[in-house]
Amino acid sequence: MITLLITIALVGSNMDSILKQEVAFQIRSEITENPTISKSFSSVDEFESFIQTQIEQRVKTLGLDEPWYSPQRIGLTMYKILFLDFGHATFLTSDSGSSDVREIILEKLPRTILLFTTATIIISVIGIFLGALSGSKVGSIIDRITSSFAIISSSFPVWWIGMLMIFLFSFMYQIFPARATPLIPSSDPSYIGSLLYHMTLPLITIIIIGFGSWAYLVRNFIVGIMQEDFIIAKKIMGINQKKIIYTHALKNAAPPIVTILALSLSGSLGGAIITEAVFDWPGMGRLYFEAITVMDLPVIIGATYLLTVFFLISIFVADLLYGYFDPRVRTG
Amino acid sequence: MSSITSQEIKVEFLKSKIGITGVVILSILIFTSIIVIVVIPVDTFKGWNNPENWISYPKVAIPVWINLFLSEKIPEHRILDTPNINYGMSGDILIITHQFGINFDYDDFPNDFIYEFSTKYSGTPLLQMDVIRPDGIQLKLLSTSLPHSDSNSIHSERIFSTDEAIRKNLYLQSNKFLFSLSNLSSEDIIFSKTENHKPLKGNYIFLIKMYGNNLENQIPESKLIIGGKAFGMMGTDELRRDLAMGLLLGTPLALFIGLVVAIASVVMGLLYGAYAGYRGKKTDETMMRFNDVIYALPALPFLIILSVTVSNSIFMMVGFLMLFGWVGVAKVARSMALQIKTRGYVEAASMMGQKNSKIVLRHILPQLLPYAFASIAISVPAAITTEAGLSFLGLGDPSFPTWGQILHDANVYGAAARGLWWWIMPPGIMIAITGLAFVFIGNALDAIINPKLKR
Repeated sequence: MITLLITIALVGSNMDSILKQEVAFQIRSEITENPTISKSFSSVDEFESFIQTQIEQRVKTLGLDEPWYSPQRIGLTMYKILFLDFGHATFLTSDSGSSDVREIILEKLPRTILLFTTATIIISVIGIFLGALSGSKVGSIIDRITSSFAIISSSFPVWWIGMLMIFLFSFMYQIFPARATPLIPSSDPSYIGSLLYHMTLPLITIIIIGFGSWAYLVRNFIVGIMQEDFIIAKKIMGINQKKIIYTHALKNAAPPIVTILALSLSGSLGGAIITEAVFDWPGMGRLYFEAITVMDLPVIIGATYLLTVFFLISIFVADLLYGYFDPRVRTG
Repeated sequence: MSSITSQEIKVEFLKSKIGITGVVILSILIFTSIIVIVVIPVDTFKGWNNPENWISYPKVAIPVWINLFLSEKIPEHRILDTPNINYGMSGDILIITHQFGINFDYDDFPNDFIYEFSTKYSGTPLLQMDVIRPDGIQLKLLSTSLPHSDSNSIHSERIFSTDEAIRKNLYLQSNKFLFSLSNLSSEDIIFSKTENHKPLKGNYIFLIKMYGNNLENQIPESKLIIGGKAFGMMGTDELRRDLAMGLLLGTPLALFIGLVVAIASVVMGLLYGAYAGYRGKKTDETMMRFNDVIYALPALPFLIILSVTVSNSIFMMVGFLMLFGWVGVAKVARSMALQIKTRGYVEAASMMGQKNSKIVLRHILPQLLPYAFASIAISVPAAITTEAGLSFLGLGDPSFPTWGQILHDANVYGAAARGLWWWIMPPGIMIAITGLAFVFIGNALDAIINPKLKR
């Protein structure tokens, strides 16, 4: 809610002036298109004043005369948003041409899920196994490679790697296309295949950059747990190392890992604005960016709201799972 | 964690190899930025976006050093501005000769050549341009009269190789070549062997002669540009800008952004968190809820909204980045303050009636300093990459040539798809190296503060 308020506060004044201009433009064109009205005036001044009063009337009926921070207007906006009615976008349209914000978002969301959520899942799986592996053999070659890879990859911007990947794989060895949006219309049966093919390059990029830090995180959890008494006891009992790591240590490391996983999954819905810009992937991130650059308030609010809701839901789910994995936090 | 003294940290830090690598890289970067700030004049800095400053530079030229690895040498872009000047008299006519020598040792023809000059004369002097090739053949290129003027006036002009007159003159001398000259541009003819159309290597001399009957005639400015496909250490971009200059100018900017944002947000977070932790109870509760609110804000979209609506000046950007940077630090600082608060000396101090602010500053904050340094080092790369990302989206401050800005231009002109690697690689590598330096330092400090991870 507060996120929304701040968003509205930030873009509200700009939006108002845009809306007012639009109303003025509409009325002007309506009147000039109708020659009978314009002929009925004797002088230019009279004509102008008539237009002016018309504009003021229209502004009043739309409620635009009150400033955007008036409780009435904010209340109305918030109320509408609660019921997922985001209204109509001012500039942007979906691919099918609809300007309904809900339709636009519903169109972009699956694409982002396809790319970023898939990437997040792959990253976390690789990360957890690699982390567990290097965490159990601290100081080994695998551990060193993973740790240094994590450190190095964290300081490269993803989008820059993206540009390099485009350079390497679409310019040098023309394996993958540079643009991530398929050219065939979505009704074509081969669309899905083509989409997956176009998706490969961004997917690889995101995974390369992402899994290092995951592995490093998991490694640090595991290292901490491997020093606990119960693990040492198990070792002394002669249970084999692999079993200890994958059943006992990982289960104990699960709570923080699940929390991070839930957060990064919900975060992945927003897409990465810059990565989508580089690969020209028509998902939520690019929608967001386009909406912000043209100041399309309904779209900005809709997307922000949806992401915040997902964020809260995932925190809630993570808390529940936390209780499941770590019975200590369950209370009465 | 508080049992570590600063002396111990220093000793431990000097032992860690990554830490030292980080410090070395960082000092090199700082050294470069100091040199940049001292040596490069402010005008060059301001003129980065002014196309006029870059007019005599080539478009998308590859770095020169690439020739070391190629068997077929790519022609270098040459700007010759120190001619050999001779004055001679023939009767009562003054002949001014400007002589440009160029050693052409490449396996491809130059792109073009431009003669840029400004003269001071009266009357109607004649300008003649010839070239003496390595094989001794002298080609007449141009012979033109400058516009008439009665008084002593200044005339500036650029003669391009695409000039029709040059081409016609060359066609008139086509008997010197054994192949057809039709459809060849003038530079392709001048720099060609006579028997076949291949570049002729060797020393070329361009002669520019001005004949006039006024003894005060002068050519104060005279510049010959042989347009090539390679230029400078880092090449140039689509707008003819020297990328080496851009990379150098970006260094102090990146360090400035990273350090200011990191230090300011860590200090803010520390004060906020330590105070909340120390006061506890309701103050703590409200302060932490406020913290949570900011924590839940999606940072990048908000940064974009802010830079679109408020301002995209680089200083405002630094401020915006700070707004989102302090939150995590505050959380950790609070939980550490909660532990430190229960120590005997803090309780003693508060019982002695010391002011809250004094207790926080004197007794709690010093204990958090090692953590503060580590988190400053770790949050610098984040600040640099975020700024670079915003600039990349085209929301940065266009008047400052940051690395992100260069990459943004590269993306706009489709550098990746056109294979202009020298435009993409260096800025990103610089971002990564700067980030790495701080990450190394941060990790080394982190390992000392949390000995658990080191094992």
